[in-house]
Amino acid sequence: MKERLEQVCQEALARLETADSMEALNEIRVAYLGKKGKLTEILKSMRDVAPEDRPKVGQLVNEARAQLEGRLDGRKRELAAKAREEQLRSETIDVTLPAKRNLVGHRHPNTIALEELERIFIGMGYEVIEGPEVEYDYYNFEALNIPANHPARDEQDTFYINKDIVLRSQTSPVQVRTMEQQKPPIRMIAPGRVFRSDEVDATHSPCFHQVEGLVIDKGITFADLKGTLQDFARELFGPETKVKFRPHHFPFTEPSAEMDVSCFKCGGKGCRMCKGSGWIEILGCGMVHPKVLRMSGIDPDEYTGFAFGIGLERITLLKYEIDDMRLLYENDDRFLRQF
Amino acid sequence: MNTPYSWIKAYVPDLDVTPQEYTDAMTLTGTKVEGYTRLDKNLEKIVVGEILSIDPHPDADKLVVCRVDVGSEVLQIVTGAPNVAVGQKVPVVLDGGKVAGGHDGGPMPEDGVRITAGKLRGVMSYGMMCSIEELGSSRDMYPDAPEEGIYILPEDAEVGADAVELLGLHETVFEYEITSNRVDCYSVLGIAREAAATFRKEFVPPEVRTVGNREDVNDYIQVEVKDGNLCPRYCARVVKNIRLAPSPQWMQRRLAACGIRPINNIVDITNYVMEEYGQPMHAYDLDQVAGHKIVVKRAEDGQEFQTLDGQVRKLDSNVLMICDGEKAVGIAGIMGGENSKITDDVHTMLFEAACFDGTNIRLSSKRLGMRTEASGKFEKGLDPNSAEEAINRACQLIEELDCGDVVGGMVDVYTTALGPKRIAFRPDWANQFLGTDIPKEEMLKYFEKIQLEYDEVTEEVIVPSFRQDLECEADLAEEVARFYGYDKIPTTLPRGEATTGKLSFKLRVEEVARDVAEYCGFSQSMTYSFESPKVFDKLLLPADDPKRQAVTILNPLGEDFSIMRTLPLNGMLTSLATNYNRRNKNVRLYELANVYLPKSLPLTELPEERMQFTLGFYGEGDFFMMKGVVEEFFDKIGLHGRMAYNPEAGKPFLHPGRQAEFSYQGQVLGYLGELHPQTAENYGIGERAYVAVIDMPAVLPLANFDRKFEGIAKFPAVTRDLSMVVPHHVRVGQIEEILEKKGGKLVESYHLFDLYEGAQIQAGFKSVAYSVTFRAKDRTLEDKDVNAVMSKILSALAELGIELRS
Repeated sequence: MKERLEQVCQEALARLETADSMEALNEIRVAYLGKKGKLTEILKSMRDVAPEDRPKVGQLVNEARAQLEGRLDGRKRELAAKAREEQLRSETIDVTLPAKRNLVGHRHPNTIALEELERIFIGMGYEVIEGPEVEYDYYNFEALNIPANHPARDEQDTFYINKDIVLRSQTSPVQVRTMEQQKPPIRMIAPGRVFRSDEVDATHSPCFHQVEGLVIDKGITFADLKGTLQDFARELFGPETKVKFRPHHFPFTEPSAEMDVSCFKCGGKGCRMCKGSGWIEILGCGMVHPKVLRMSGIDPDEYTGFAFGIGLERITLLKYEIDDMRLLYENDDRFLRQF
Repeated sequence: MNTPYSWIKAYVPDLDVTPQEYTDAMTLTGTKVEGYTRLDKNLEKIVVGEILSIDPHPDADKLVVCRVDVGSEVLQIVTGAPNVAVGQKVPVVLDGGKVAGGHDGGPMPEDGVRITAGKLRGVMSYGMMCSIEELGSSRDMYPDAPEEGIYILPEDAEVGADAVELLGLHETVFEYEITSNRVDCYSVLGIAREAAATFRKEFVPPEVRTVGNREDVNDYIQVEVKDGNLCPRYCARVVKNIRLAPSPQWMQRRLAACGIRPINNIVDITNYVMEEYGQPMHAYDLDQVAGHKIVVKRAEDGQEFQTLDGQVRKLDSNVLMICDGEKAVGIAGIMGGENSKITDDVHTMLFEAACFDGTNIRLSSKRLGMRTEASGKFEKGLDPNSAEEAINRACQLIEELDCGDVVGGMVDVYTTALGPKRIAFRPDWANQFLGTDIPKEEMLKYFEKIQLEYDEVTEEVIVPSFRQDLECEADLAEEVARFYGYDKIPTTLPRGEATTGKLSFKLRVEEVARDVAEYCGFSQSMTYSFESPKVFDKLLLPADDPKRQAVTILNPLGEDFSIMRTLPLNGMLTSLATNYNRRNKNVRLYELANVYLPKSLPLTELPEERMQFTLGFYGEGDFFMMKGVVEEFFDKIGLHGRMAYNPEAGKPFLHPGRQAEFSYQGQVLGYLGELHPQTAENYGIGERAYVAVIDMPAVLPLANFDRKFEGIAKFPAVTRDLSMVVPHHVRVGQIEEILEKKGGKLVESYHLFDLYEGAQIQAGFKSVAYSVTFRAKDRTLEDKDVNAVMSKILSALAELGIELRS
């Protein structure tokens, strides 16, 4: 009996080791442990065993059963692991195949540059304000200390709608509108479209953008103007950027200046971009002219302020090294995709 | 404005700086130097040579072989120049030296031309004799140069000496950008004054003496000014026994360096003084001036006048004229007349130095289309006091150069003399304004250098008349700042009350529009605000369409840019067409820009500017893709409800069966559709294209960024499928409207899962299937709840002739 048990058991274990599929394992289970299985039959033949031997034989049979079941489970796990491994191996992909990307659009480089400017000035507490693009002559000129027949009007080649209404030639009229509407302290920037009758070429466009800035408060100094614009330049062009202020003339500021930044391409050594000078002109600025303050209803004895105007396209062209302004208004997909 | 360094140095004798130092320092005090040219940049090893002999070339008829003494040695030089002769002194470039250009006067190479010894037709030549063109100049500037051939130096030139020096070409010419307020700096003296102040050197202007014989000018000429506003000052002097001749070399060289061609002594003196003082002068042949009388008055309307360039000009009463006893002899401040111009046989000359109203000159010269050297100066508004100084300086030069006999005295019509003005100045205020700490004495030193006096008693600065740009204390603060140095002013940040940095709500919504468009594959475009009136035809707008009412530009760049757009589509379609022509595939663009809608025409108030969010594409995608982008945008700005689409949008430029106007809560927000094939053809877009236009001002009052969490559904949903047979003309939008209205709160969502028209469906009908999800927030729905709602929905559908499919 015992010999028979061992023999069956060995036979089953041997078959388990060679079984190579779940089905084969199942067959073995049925063949030995099933109702008509060999082990079950041995158990059934217990009645032929002497009663006093039965517990011992029963124990033997149960041990054999447990051994077989244990090994059966083990084999199942082994086969499952092997199958998983096989599956993973077969599912290997070439990860260098091309990506499937969503078609995502691109922002206009002017807007990217503008958003960067806005971010900097908003961080410094400036509000972003807009004004009309078709503007009264009064706001575009008169209130900015550019009376009728002032030569500066010729310099700007303004588009006229009639004698009182123009296409604004600068964003500076938003200064005046803001001062009329708000009480100091004022800190604002006013980005927007402006128009001048320049023929279209690589460096001119009759329609372009400026960003105006205005700060009005008690005790604002020229040093504040310098400090603010220096911080701005370093934010925009990098912390190593140097700035240079040159005296200039604008009718609506006094003193006035133009600001150059050290060339961000060559770092000031001189290159094609800065035409060898190491400096790039970036903006015009100055202390708001007392006449302008007074005309806008602000007492120049109580308040002072500074203003600046940035040519957005200039920043865009320089920052992204675009060599022809016309590209900005053609909207060629191959151009826009690069930003 | 150009000045040679030597001319500045004539008035600032201690000036000793390199061109770059000059450029940098002047720019930092406000006289912007645009650049400079060294006239001797490419002139190397050029000396005075004397031609000792000339022999024929053995193998070339047109060449000769010269022996030239260059001081250190005698060289053999082969030349083809026709004008050489033994004994002449000539400029010779030695072996290894450099000249500026070729002998033909063509464009000059950047690095000049290197000259080396070499054979010319078999005969060695050890250098080259130079023409004026090879020396980098021209016969215009050196009128004594021969038409062709070598430039001949004066007989007394020293052999072996530096020929470049002799020719006055060791010179640097600076080019300035003078700001319009600094009229005084459109002159050599004005710039020299700034240079002296910049480098803190002494300023030594020419000493002007009043010359003249014992005669009285009033016996020669009478002057009457009829319009003192347009001519604040008129000075006249007379020179007789004119002796025309070339002006001296030094004067010719200075004029040439400024780009002015030397003509003769009288013309040159006039030009010289104009450069020196910035004061234009005019010379008349006194014998041609009828009645020896000058009258300054306005022209008659329609009057014609021949200017000295031979052209006949039509005048009007705003043009100021210089007349004699009978007729007009010149347009004041712009150009003299043909009838009184100086000719070679002039005997007696009338010199005019006047001050005309700058604005009048500017407007007249613009109207007449005549912008001359003189008008360019007058239009800036000259200092009337410089007229007297300039005319006296000219007469002094006439006497010194012996070009004629100056008659004593000056006729001077100067009704209201312009004196110095006084401006209150508080040094403390200036320091506070600039954010500096400059001692008062220092400030006064800067002022003194530019001839501003300070009155300690009244605490005022006394400003001479040539500085008409200085008007207020802030102007004086600028004078302090620029001579203290903008670079030395500290950098601080505004103190005081903090302010909130922010974007307006409108700009925030526009930012979302950009984000959504880009996530959906659209790139941002920018187009001009003005366009051609022809676009209305291209867009098929009927003749009476209100959108044809556009703001017109008076002085456009051309008809193509003459009206302000009332529709945003032309820019979009033009950009799409550009891309299509360049064979770019699947192009999707958007633009955020204004249209300009006049409230009335002609314009009496500003037009309404409405921001339009315009999308357009061709290539992959269809109407419903575009519709999806529009809804995505509305969803992101808080318009979560159902948009209504009206197919009767009435847009002539869109496909009549594929367009819709969309609205939200009854408010029209824009339209979308497929481009009408005719419009596409008009723009040259060869594929189906789709556009959407969202009117942002209509959207803004509905938009919001407030969001509230509504919880996640806890109770199970019930889904019912509705398979319907729908009359063909009924739009699914009508079904959805019923689902929303009749379904009420219990309808959580619905979606179209089948749409079919064809064989199994009877003609005139279509099969439409919706899956509707019901859910309550507070309980599990029972069949009876859903059935009640379903029956309401079904009866409403039945009214539209819709039946459930059996």
